[in-house]
Amino acid sequence: MANVPEDLHYSKDHEWVRVEGDSAVIGITDYAQDSLGDVVYVELPKTGEKFSANESFGSVESVKAVSEVFTPVSGEVGKINETLADEPEKVNTDPYGDGWMIRVRMSSPGEVDSLLTAAEYEDFTKAETE
Amino acid sequence: MRYIPNSPEERAEMLAAIGLGSAEELFDSIPETLRLRGLLNTPAALSEIELLSRFEEMGARNAGARRTTFLGAGAYSHYIPTIVDHIISRSEFFTAYTPYQPEISQGTLQTIFEFQTLVCQLTGMEVANASMYDGSTGLAEAVLMSERVTRRSKIVASTSVHPEYLEVVKTYVQHAGIDLELIEFDNETGQAGATLAAAIDDETAAVVVQSPNFLGCVEDLTTLADAAHARGALLVVAITEAISLGLLKPPGACGADIVVAEGQSFGVPLSFGGPYVGLFATREKYARQIPGRLVGEAYDKQGRRGFVLTLATREQHIRREKATSNICTNEGLIALAATVYLETMGRRGIQEVAQQCLQKTAYASQRIAQLPGFSLPFSGPRFNEFVVRGPIAASDLLSRLAGEKEIEGGIALSRFFPDLKSDFLVCVTETNTRAQIDALIEALTSLFANKTAGTQP
Amino acid sequence: MTSEITKVTTHLSPNEQLIFERSQKGRIGYRLPPLDVEEMPLDKLIPRNFQRDDDLESMPEVSEVDVIRHFVRMSTWNYSIDLGMYPLGSCTMKYNSRLNERVARIPGFANLHPLTDERDSQGALQVIYELQQHLIEITGLPEISLQPAAGAHGEMTGIMIIRAFLDARDGEGASKRRTMLIPDSAHGTNPASAHLSGFSVKTIKSTSEGLTDLDHLRELCAHGDVAGLMLTNPNTLGLFERNIQEICQIVHAAGGLVYMDGANMNALVGVARPGDMGVDVIHLNLHKTFSTPHGGGGPGSGPCCCTKALAPFLPVPRIVKSGESYRLDYDQPQSIGRVKAFFGNYGMMLRALSYILTHGNDGLREATEAAVLNSRYIAKGLTGTYEKPFNSPPMHEVVFTDKLQARKGVHTLDIAKRLIDYGFHPMTIYFPLIVQGAMLIEPTESVGRQELDQFIAAMKMIAGEALENPELVLTAPHTTRIGRLDEAAAARKPVLRWKPKAKADAA
Repeated sequence: MANVPEDLHYSKDHEWVRVEGDSAVIGITDYAQDSLGDVVYVELPKTGEKFSANESFGSVESVKAVSEVFTPVSGEVGKINETLADEPEKVNTDPYGDGWMIRVRMSSPGEVDSLLTAAEYEDFTKAETE
Repeated sequence: MRYIPNSPEERAEMLAAIGLGSAEELFDSIPETLRLRGLLNTPAALSEIELLSRFEEMGARNAGARRTTFLGAGAYSHYIPTIVDHIISRSEFFTAYTPYQPEISQGTLQTIFEFQTLVCQLTGMEVANASMYDGSTGLAEAVLMSERVTRRSKIVASTSVHPEYLEVVKTYVQHAGIDLELIEFDNETGQAGATLAAAIDDETAAVVVQSPNFLGCVEDLTTLADAAHARGALLVVAITEAISLGLLKPPGACGADIVVAEGQSFGVPLSFGGPYVGLFATREKYARQIPGRLVGEAYDKQGRRGFVLTLATREQHIRREKATSNICTNEGLIALAATVYLETMGRRGIQEVAQQCLQKTAYASQRIAQLPGFSLPFSGPRFNEFVVRGPIAASDLLSRLAGEKEIEGGIALSRFFPDLKSDFLVCVTETNTRAQIDALIEALTSLFANKTAGTQP
Repeated sequence: MTSEITKVTTHLSPNEQLIFERSQKGRIGYRLPPLDVEEMPLDKLIPRNFQRDDDLESMPEVSEVDVIRHFVRMSTWNYSIDLGMYPLGSCTMKYNSRLNERVARIPGFANLHPLTDERDSQGALQVIYELQQHLIEITGLPEISLQPAAGAHGEMTGIMIIRAFLDARDGEGASKRRTMLIPDSAHGTNPASAHLSGFSVKTIKSTSEGLTDLDHLRELCAHGDVAGLMLTNPNTLGLFERNIQEICQIVHAAGGLVYMDGANMNALVGVARPGDMGVDVIHLNLHKTFSTPHGGGGPGSGPCCCTKALAPFLPVPRIVKSGESYRLDYDQPQSIGRVKAFFGNYGMMLRALSYILTHGNDGLREATEAAVLNSRYIAKGLTGTYEKPFNSPPMHEVVFTDKLQARKGVHTLDIAKRLIDYGFHPMTIYFPLIVQGAMLIEPTESVGRQELDQFIAAMKMIAGEALENPELVLTAPHTTRIGRLDEAAAARKPVLRWKPKAKADAA
């Protein structure tokens, strides 16, 4: 059973958002990392880059697959998780903690409201596996 | 048909076993109107004896293959040690497939890993791939890679790069939104010249140069690298005569960012233009942008070292339209031939071959320069190719050398540069003996020396 | 419980390090004649700062005996067609004839420089011309270029030709036609090649039968932005697109062109022709259908054939016949340009021509029949043991899945690895992508009945093991000199070359 922390928001592309003031920390969910397999490389943007909601900001690679990652909210990249360059496996072992990817200064904090709650995301992933 | 193991009787039994009455029924899903009624209008089968006879006859009509040769321009006559062909003819190498199942392909994988290492050592670069089709397509891919890496869309290239290579680059970039600017080479030195560096600006993704270049001249790569980097552009170096790496400063040591080379000089027969092998090498920081296959070291659960295709997410079968290239099949067996050659010749042999090429070329070029009516129009330093300017149209001169003296004396530049009617490119390698070179000089003397331009000999 | 494996037995396998680890200072593997001209000082010929100064440090120094033993030992670690059946779907691993190898080495071809004057290379040009004629006959498309060096290269060429044709036909309007339709079952080179020609890709769905969904095709064509359709026929599921003529009509009516990926021609040679189906341009894989050797990853050759309307756009030079002689025609102002220096992978053309002449027109047909028969035989033999997702009779290749075995935790990868213990090279796995857990099996005509039976038996035994002793399958292979490699670790910290010890430590 994949882990789905209560206090986060989720997207249908399997990203999570942790709101910290007017910033959003973003990563991929436990469900996503499990389907991908062992992560070998994470491609992240540079700080200062701006994205709109649902735009791709990078990608996650396993040995045999690559998946784009999409930001659920619009904003400017304030920080990226540089440790992933040397330890991409953190996305597998701690997807909601050390496996975080980017921190975005939200340009429209209201966008968070249209994201899924933990319960909604859980239902969504159950439906996908059927 | 002798290559089909199952006899007609066995095939009849198999058809019955799967519930079919005839071979024709195998194709029931093909609409009848599309099925051919009779046999194809191609020849009837030939026996080995007949077939070899036909091909030998066609082979015999290639007079060029029998003559003493001084031809270069992207394909070179070097001695191929006997063991090269013997090793690449081993069933396990040439009838094997791409090593997708590493447990039963370690032979192929380890040899590719050695190939990648040798290419890095020779070019002075940090990572090399498992091969491209050849130097020309490798250069095209290097240009596309430069655009990916820098996110800029202008390429500046010297016209002293092999003209056919530039043609291929043009084909590849025509829909890629890349602007290719060609800068004329320096007419005096035969090198790319100061105008090339001057053309680099802040929009330039890469500056492209060949060394030794198409005219045989060695380029000042370090100065060009500095000029490129000062504007945030990459230096892409193409090499057609890979043996030159045995003697010339490697592009990596000069500051090149991507090196592409034609590896045909390393144990690969001329074979009328192919199959050849493209070497492709770059800096480690660009490894994920490199096209083509990569072999890396890996370990199993027992800690045994092996090799495996890696970083496959760059490639078409995973990344599809966003792949670094569409390449799938490359030049595996030819890369193996190059690997065997390089390991056989080794550290000493590669240098000795390069030295002999250089010295014999100097011997030839100096003597030709002394012939009345002949000159060497380009002053740049040369390795094993040089341009000769003769007293009559080069194509006629070479035609007479071939027909009357059985010597392939060179390649008429007018083929690529219509204005250079009197110029031809001569290549000398370790396979040209002093006697052959002297015969060339003798032939040029007796046929053409002391003739002024336009006078019938 | 170990099943009875009859095809292979364990045996001693030599170990062999990297050549750099074998290298010993002072060993020599060659001898050149002594320099026979006066030696000039190096600095007089090449400026000092253009000279190499590292003495090719770290490059190997080995004797000829070292080289022979090194490569022969490593060769014994490889599976190959000469050892036995190599059922890689979509690869056509048929017999690589030795006669073809002999032909390619005839000195009149092997020693011929590509820039030799036409007059002195007529035999070589004749080979190109004759092969062109035969491939034209085989495909039913009247024009051709042999310049592309591999299938993907031929694809790029074909798609660029489509682009050039549309740009010439529609002028400004062509800029609205930048969509290439590609089935969800297509090989990855297809979208990658389309991208190179400046097209964007839209995916066409397959029906539950595994064929192109005509309604979806019509729907996509109605947008008016379709430049063309790329399809493989038979498709990557081994099924013949029986609606191919209608498919071509739909695309043509929408103003687009049809490109066929010829990878699966081994099911069609001598039986049906793409040109007759309405296809506009096709690439062939000489290293598949025409038996030129796979060489561990090439060389290949990917000729591109097309209709007369597309001919002006083919790469230059064209090889043509004038009276009794052959010449190079560069006068093609609408050509897309060169795709490679010189003529293409000429050595593979020699081999392919030899293949065609050795088979003869009846042998070519026979090979196709035998290839499809072998595939159909395997399909029957494994039905019931493995899930066969499509009911239509397969052509030269058949796809199964791991669905029945996955219930016990055994997946396609594991089955493939266990097949190695049985002495076979695995089939193609996880392709095409639209079939989950795909196993694509293509025996080719080069396999005898006994070996087919052994293969079927092996697959059945593995299916049994998957139920009764899954651990055996999950940890396979057991008898290879190396087990499953940690590919994730290899990709995280790639080591892509050998480094001398001192440098490696410092790194």
